[in-house]
Amino acid sequence: MSTAVKTQKLTMVQAITDAMATMMREHDDVLVLGEDVGKNGGVFRATDGLEAEFGDKRVIDTPLAESGIIGTSIGLAMNGFRPIAEMQFLGFIYPAFNQIMTHASRIRSRTLGHFTVPMVIRAPFGAGVRAPEIHSDSVEALFTHMPGIKVVIPSNAYDAKGLLIASIEDPDPVLFLEPMRCYRSHKLEVPEEKYTVEIGKGARLQEGEDVTLIAWGAMVDVIKKAAKEIEEEEGVKCDVLDLRTLYPMDRDLISESVQKTGRAVIVHEAPGTGGVGNDVVSLINDTSFLHMRSPIKRVTGHDTPVPMCAIEDDYLPDANRVKHAIMETIRF
Amino acid sequence: METQFPMKQILNEDGVVVNSEYESQMTEELTKELYIKMLRARMFDRKSVNLQRQGRIGTYVPFEGQEAAQVGSSLVLEEGDWMFPTYRDHAATLTYGHSARNLFLYWKGYPMGCVPPEGKNIFPPAVPIASQLLHATGTAWAEQLKGTDRGSIVYFGDGATSEGDFHEGLNFASVYNAPVVFFNQNNGFAISVPMEKQMKSKTIAQKAVAYDIPGVRVDGNDIFVVYFETKKAMENARQGNGPTLIEAVTYRYGAHTTADDPSKYRDQEESKRRRETTDPLLRLERYLKNKGYFEEAWKTKVEEEITKEIEQAVEDMEAFGPAEPTDMFTHVFKKPTWSVQDQLDTFKAREKEEV
Ligand SMILES: Cc1ncc(C[n+]2csc(CCOP(=O)(O)OP(=O)(O)O)c2C)c(N)n1
Repeated sequence: MSTAVKTQKLTMVQAITDAMATMMREHDDVLVLGEDVGKNGGVFRATDGLEAEFGDKRVIDTPLAESGIIGTSIGLAMNGFRPIAEMQFLGFIYPAFNQIMTHASRIRSRTLGHFTVPMVIRAPFGAGVRAPEIHSDSVEALFTHMPGIKVVIPSNAYDAKGLLIASIEDPDPVLFLEPMRCYRSHKLEVPEEKYTVEIGKGARLQEGEDVTLIAWGAMVDVIKKAAKEIEEEEGVKCDVLDLRTLYPMDRDLISESVQKTGRAVIVHEAPGTGGVGNDVVSLINDTSFLHMRSPIKRVTGHDTPVPMCAIEDDYLPDANRVKHAIMETIRF
Repeated sequence: METQFPMKQILNEDGVVVNSEYESQMTEELTKELYIKMLRARMFDRKSVNLQRQGRIGTYVPFEGQEAAQVGSSLVLEEGDWMFPTYRDHAATLTYGHSARNLFLYWKGYPMGCVPPEGKNIFPPAVPIASQLLHATGTAWAEQLKGTDRGSIVYFGDGATSEGDFHEGLNFASVYNAPVVFFNQNNGFAISVPMEKQMKSKTIAQKAVAYDIPGVRVDGNDIFVVYFETKKAMENARQGNGPTLIEAVTYRYGAHTTADDPSKYRDQEESKRRRETTDPLLRLERYLKNKGYFEEAWKTKVEEEITKEIEQAVEDMEAFGPAEPTDMFTHVFKKPTWSVQDQLDTFKAREKEEV
């Protein structure tokens, strides 16, 4: 017996709003707080309509202070609430870094589970939308390096809703990063009801035998494009993976795929040095070294600050760079 | 508390002098200079908004309504002083000598836009809120250690006073007696959040009490009071008497940025009403008229000169050529590290291939 699931066509940012509304309707302890999240509905409209539905005691325009937002959310989370704290842009999370690093991530371990911090930090991030300086940083690696916090990055509307609900339900702090470039780039059918996408599980978007492409966030569209073009141009068939969670990483999916293809290209827009791509390389070395037919390639942003918008396209990896790397692994 | 920090005013909304303390210094020459500088700033701002609408520059942050606060305060600076603006303070940087061309380039997304004219200590616009207060304190402290009589002025909004860096900046400056003027433009909103949701205190000036430094509250749309009070604070700093916090109460007529829609969070009638009542330019024009200093022909001539200057700057911006992508690599370190050098080489090779 199957009852048809009712769906609606949503952009990723609408799916994110829907996830919060779904959870807030079900649970009185879920709160949303941040800068301009109330009446304004957030600068990207991610919290649009939430204040009207749930009131300003649950959707809270805070003072302009990231350390304050995260620090007080930690207290709220330790004392019976499930706060969803919005950072207006990931590039402005730095004032809150101390709270995340020294407290949110380790209260559970410091108290042997006596106190816990079930909170979600949401932040738009990434380049490619012509935002002013500093708004476009991709610094996911700063947070995967910190034990005690999970890092989730959806790339489409369906995953965004399921992953955000899973993050709100998670008993530990989750950093939920939202690629700005994906907010309105496409629409998908999204179930109206509550559902979850498991944290820690990646997705295979396309089957192929020749090379594994791995990305997350806005770079998923780039590897999809590269995979399509390289198949048409060179007949190379790619296994395309969207990691969806960076910590914990989907070890089984990655190793199963590279053991089949023997080749891997990892793509991220953050700088290469110290980037999460390096962890993927290590993981492949640990699980699949003897299966590899060529060295693993990375295509990344440069070791430079994300430049101002007139030249940001020169910073970002594109399908051409990815195709070039694919052919290098093939012709090795 | 509010009564301990009354809003100082020299010129009321009708352009009538209500406080004669500085009247002898309010010469025709100074008045006209202030007026021209404000008009120039306003015309620059309107031009920028138009350029943005035409897609000739990117997102822009307008300041219309805040000209008196920015022009009056920046005009007191002397060669060698330090200025730390935010993304909204082009009237201040323009007045202190930044080039209009580079300001346009900034909003076109060109790295060159962050570079001030040679010899002008103007920092690039602070994009993260409140972090620049500490830099201003640091540069001022350095001047003090070097034994000069130079100082810093730093601009920030009402929302910025909630950040930890605001408090750290005031505290350091107070402890080290640094010659810095903390110039707050209280324009009533931090994007959509009104002052009453930002803080319980009724004034920003009163926050100075905690750091035992002077806190002054002025009508930020009255350029005379802004000018003379900032001058006093800066002179005080130069004489070794430490920092001052100035709260200039003003209003932003338009959107937070050209990407923002203010009708979501406030009454648009208020902006209209403000243009006719508290507007800083109109107020000074009324004063000029009251004094018999104002002639339409003079204003027209001034406007023509400013138009010419701005048009030239736009032309220069558009003649600047495409932004140089390699700038991204060549200034990360004085001497590039191997990884940056490798990436630059690869980048250049790729560029050649594509041509
Ligand atoms: C640390 C940080 N957090 C958030 C932002 C996003 N943001 C940009 S401007 C702004 C409001 C600033 O308000 P205010 O300090 O009153 O200055 P105004 O823009 O009104 O001049 C916010 C929240 C930012 N730039 N930096």
